[in-house]
Amino acid sequence: MALLAVLGIAGCASTIQQSEARGEPALTPAALARADSGRPPYTPADVAFMQGMIAHHAQAVVMAGLVPTRGARGDVRVLAERIDVAQRDEIAFMQRWLRERGQTVPDPDAHHDMAGHAMPMHGAIMPGMLSPEQLAQLQAAAGAEFDRLFLTFMIQHHEGALTMVEELFASPGAGQDVNVFRFASDVTADQVTEIERMRTMLPASSSADRP
Amino acid sequence: MTSESSPQRTDARWSATRAPSSLALSLALLATAACASSSATGSSPGAAPSPAGASASMSASAPSPDPRVGLRAGWYDAGEAIWNLRLVSATRPSAAFSNPSTPGDSRLTNTDLAFSGNYVFQGNYSGYQVWDIANPSKPTLRTAFVCPGSQSDVTVYKNLLFVSAEATNGRTDCGLEGVTDTVSHDRARGIRIFDITDVAKPKPIITVQTCRGSHTNTLVTDPKDPANVYIYVSGSAGVRSPSELPGCSDGQPDENPNTALFRIEVIKVPVAHPEQARIVSSPRIFDDLSAPARHAETAADVQAAAARAAASGRAPRRAPAGPRSGPTQCHDITSYPAIGLAGGACAGYGLLLDIRDVANPVRIGAVADSNFSFWHSATFSNDGSKVLFSDEWGGGTQPRCRVTDKPEWGANAIFTLVDNKMEFQSYYKMPAAQTAEENCVAHNGSLIPIPGRDVMVQAWYQGGISVFDWTDPKHPVEIAYFDRGPMDASQPVSGGSWSAYWYNGVIVSSEIARGLDIFELTPSAFLSRNELDAAKTVHFDHFNPQEQPRMVWPASFSMARAFVDQLERSKGLASARIAAVRQALTGAERASGTARQGALTQLAAQLEGEASGAGDAAKVRMLAGAVKELAAQR
Repeated sequence: MALLAVLGIAGCASTIQQSEARGEPALTPAALARADSGRPPYTPADVAFMQGMIAHHAQAVVMAGLVPTRGARGDVRVLAERIDVAQRDEIAFMQRWLRERGQTVPDPDAHHDMAGHAMPMHGAIMPGMLSPEQLAQLQAAAGAEFDRLFLTFMIQHHEGALTMVEELFASPGAGQDVNVFRFASDVTADQVTEIERMRTMLPASSSADRP
Repeated sequence: MTSESSPQRTDARWSATRAPSSLALSLALLATAACASSSATGSSPGAAPSPAGASASMSASAPSPDPRVGLRAGWYDAGEAIWNLRLVSATRPSAAFSNPSTPGDSRLTNTDLAFSGNYVFQGNYSGYQVWDIANPSKPTLRTAFVCPGSQSDVTVYKNLLFVSAEATNGRTDCGLEGVTDTVSHDRARGIRIFDITDVAKPKPIITVQTCRGSHTNTLVTDPKDPANVYIYVSGSAGVRSPSELPGCSDGQPDENPNTALFRIEVIKVPVAHPEQARIVSSPRIFDDLSAPARHAETAADVQAAAARAAASGRAPRRAPAGPRSGPTQCHDITSYPAIGLAGGACAGYGLLLDIRDVANPVRIGAVADSNFSFWHSATFSNDGSKVLFSDEWGGGTQPRCRVTDKPEWGANAIFTLVDNKMEFQSYYKMPAAQTAEENCVAHNGSLIPIPGRDVMVQAWYQGGISVFDWTDPKHPVEIAYFDRGPMDASQPVSGGSWSAYWYNGVIVSSEIARGLDIFELTPSAFLSRNELDAAKTVHFDHFNPQEQPRMVWPASFSMARAFVDQLERSKGLASARIAAVRQALTGAERASGTARQGALTQLAAQLEGEASGAGDAAKVRMLAGAVKELAAQR
């Protein structure tokens, strides 16, 4: 250790610092990255979150996929296009995260029943996901009724994603991997914003509107 | 460059027990090589090789096809495209913050920048680094401070450094091991304050804990109150438990008036007693936020909205009903104390805040935009007549500059600002299509002090950096750029420019994975040598890009000539007059004393007289004003 100190000073003017309050030794971030090969510790809750959210996102993609053929309003079409791009990209991110950690990677296209209903890994329905009946109702709708249902159901769907993030952070040790923290935080930030936007897009007399 | 494969450390408490035993050996080899691994790049590919810009491109059109498309992938050996810029240096992260075997490791992400004197403070997901850029071609590391807590947004004021901590893994003692308990007093989420009187040895003073942590922070100074500075805290992550920080709770305001949602926090910092820093207000700047008029919707959408309102028998809604609507937080706030305003980028809204009562900002305007996803940050034009908001669609981790991604998505929106009313004018997005492997979206930038123009440099992650002119708010034009190929050709690996800012004559870019890049603008058809020289007359002692300073140009021949160049470019003055004015300026500069004063006074009077008949009367008057200021110089 004395050698290190000497080298640190003699080698260059820079020093690596950490809080004086710290009473125990620590690695540098780079050394930590080498020690765990760039894979920060994660928990089963992190894995379950990623797997569940893939199925969750997959249903949003299915819902958005209905929009072009249901006579939807222009602003609903733009919203759906944005949701489609965003959630597909995020599915790819989650799949990569799972793959890199040797975890089971759900195929978002492989878990649809006949109604296009995304079935997650363990058969459980993630919060906010549309029931088969709701999805059938949306598929059968058109025009203004479709717009109303799409927005109402997507708000429900997005609110479920927020619940999933809350549950993740309520789990001890979860979200310590900054990849998970940042992704989950982005999900919340994006979907809170989209929920708010969808509320303003809803017809004034709709069910989500309580004057 | 020598690869960096070992940390080096003066901390005697450092332990090798958790590290490979070869560490000490490789350390001995690398102690000198690893500390300042900058490479001065006198002639980067495609760059104007001469600092004088003698062979710079004077073509009035951008290279075509765009050389940013199809660049070779690589970490430190990626292909580069550069136009009207010169890469002065590219400095790799310090050994503490770089691991060659884990490219794109999120924990080693370089983030935002703050500036003081010759120092650049560079945030990192694992702490921050301080660079001395007195010699921009060879930045030297002064400190690599280890302290994880997610993006570590940095702000500097005199001897104080403020660092944002947001993630649940941040510790009050700056340890690397995280905090696995869901409730823990070891967790740091808020603003860490350091004494940087000795930048080589920052001393932690206090962590001001907040309910949602700090994603970004904004310094606000009060011209009437020099004894204190204020920090506006924006936090987008979840609210923590009251067991961890008393008083914290979430929920809807009608159910819980004390909810930590739907507000920002204001921390007051006594400059002489920073240890007494505390939250002094939690302004609810979103209250009663009505859905503002959106633009960019089709005529059919507007009609449909009117029809919906009519059918419901009432006017278009003010606040949408149902659970409380509107943003719960801001992502970032840019203060502009000199004009008493701040721009808040808050979820789906761009807000205008009156900050004259610093501790109690008041919302005075709001805009929304159908094409915007997540409002990220704001930049005012120097005269406060315009404001530019950026949309960080995808949060910066997603590839949103593919050929399939719309130019108005993940872009900037430019608004004019008249009587505190924001009017949409146009979008600007870095125009070169990027690959699906490159995270790319609008991100942090700052103004470049070109007198008479609104020019800005902006980071676009792996879309590189883009310099553009938004003087005409309806027609922003790119005038310079730099881009590297993707980190990896076959998979998305995080990298690119997090922030790119002008600071006292150079552009400094924080490269997420590659370190610190410094650039010089080179003269081109879009930017003259005189304009650049005039830009370099503006000097700041410190610079926090989210605390926008007013740029003031001292009288100089460069500034007068810059205006002449602009008039020539815009054909705003007859070419014979352009030549005559240049000649008069040259003559005056050679003269001295009363002869110079007389010549300049005469020229200023001539220009004032001919302004109204010129093609660009306003610019001719600016020129006349600049000449008059020169005449007044003693």
